[in-house]
Amino acid sequence: MQELKRTPLFPEYEKYGAKTIDFGGWDLPVQFSSIKHEHEVTRTKAGLFDVSHMGEIVVKGQSSKQFLQKMVTNDVSKLTPNRAQYTVMCYEDGGSVDDFLIYMMEENHYLLVVNAANTEKDYDWLVQHNDFSDVTITNVSDQYVQLALQGPKAEEILQKLTDTDLSEIKFFRFKDDVHFTDIESGALVSRTGYTGEDGFEIYIDAKDGSQLWNAVLEVGKEDGLEPIGLGARDTLRFEANLALYGQELSKDITPIEAGLSFAVKVKKDADFIGKDVLKEQKENGPARKLVGIEMIDKGIPRTGYPVFVGDEEVGFVTSGTQSPTLNKNIGLALVKSELATEGTEVVVQVRKRKLKAIVVPTPFYKRDK
Amino acid sequence: MSLPKELLYSEEHEWVKKEGDKVRIGITDFAQDELGDIVFVELPEVGDEIEADEPFGSVESVKTVSELYAPVSGKVVEVNEELEDSPEFVNESPYEKAWMVVVEPSDDANLDDLLTAEKYEEFIQED
Repeated sequence: MQELKRTPLFPEYEKYGAKTIDFGGWDLPVQFSSIKHEHEVTRTKAGLFDVSHMGEIVVKGQSSKQFLQKMVTNDVSKLTPNRAQYTVMCYEDGGSVDDFLIYMMEENHYLLVVNAANTEKDYDWLVQHNDFSDVTITNVSDQYVQLALQGPKAEEILQKLTDTDLSEIKFFRFKDDVHFTDIESGALVSRTGYTGEDGFEIYIDAKDGSQLWNAVLEVGKEDGLEPIGLGARDTLRFEANLALYGQELSKDITPIEAGLSFAVKVKKDADFIGKDVLKEQKENGPARKLVGIEMIDKGIPRTGYPVFVGDEEVGFVTSGTQSPTLNKNIGLALVKSELATEGTEVVVQVRKRKLKAIVVPTPFYKRDK
Repeated sequence: MSLPKELLYSEEHEWVKKEGDKVRIGITDFAQDELGDIVFVELPEVGDEIEADEPFGSVESVKTVSELYAPVSGKVVEVNEELEDSPEFVNESPYEKAWMVVVEPSDDANLDDLLTAEKYEEFIQED
């Protein structure tokens, strides 16, 4: 077995009682206290996540916009400096290579923040399709520590460490070179996240990562801030209906099927890889759709469990758990489109048992604004 | 980590308590701690036959499902119905409130393969 990779923050986890697991080749904290507790802390106060395993890829050069327009489904021309955009990158057949954020740093300079397990695949795919001699693609993942500070108290907490007015950073915008008390490097701070709560993602030079982690936890203590593991990160993003690559999206699942039409701009002023299939699906409707399901019978839907109507297998569960916020057994399932109507009864095969469930609206959780 | 001396243990992290000619079964403190918040427990019904080293039910944490492996063969004579509504007992009280089933061991059932508290402690430290 290959040795597990560690983020620069690994030595800090132990202080906070973390239990770590192998997550796609990374030794990462699954929980610090308990998933349910950490979930609630993030929803009601604030949580700090080490997400340094995420990949960062820089795309630069005169033709970089043109290049990215060809590679991704969203409309990169809508970006201006200091804005971020969620997008999907697809194969010719519409299946997904990855979903990620694109940060526009300045003209001809973009930062892609990609799923950890996909970093090399994405990098290779980008390089392989780079027909522009002036475009450079660089994997800079090792240079950054990425922290996510999420929850209703996030802004209040982070503001204590900086003179930059964080309220000026609106949703999906960012500021670069933000300075925090006693920390040498400037950081990129964006109002983005993966929990359904308000909050920030912070990118800082790896050497200053631990210092920032400890500083944020220290100033946030009085507001109830705690470190949060990947277990709660998954339940939080699941309740907010944010896709997880490998579950809601994959090489066999298109962004249209996954309900991500908002990030697929078939009318943008450029052809892109996968456009033909995605355009067809967007116009005529995909054969399969992602829906929310809630169990009627007792049982918890889990990734991969088949979904039936009568004897016919009509799809499968992509994610499922007992929702800590709602205390209900719910899931996301990719099913035949004709069944994707609220109130449709389906049956989930939970190991040996067939249990009744009903199609419900998503997201399961939406914060009060 | 609590490991009561009077119990026997299996390598699949169940505990077994002899009660006359019957045995009471649950999962260990170590197991519940590894699993995290338990949110669902699936158990057999009274009258079901269970077989040693075969699954007889499951416990689910927020994150995953884990099978329960029977430490002995026998017939289920009692089931802890309270765990249906209070799966958190498994975390709070693995040896008391969260007993799972009482089994009448079959004639050929063998408790000698089970571990003492000391042996089980060694086992989890090696693991």
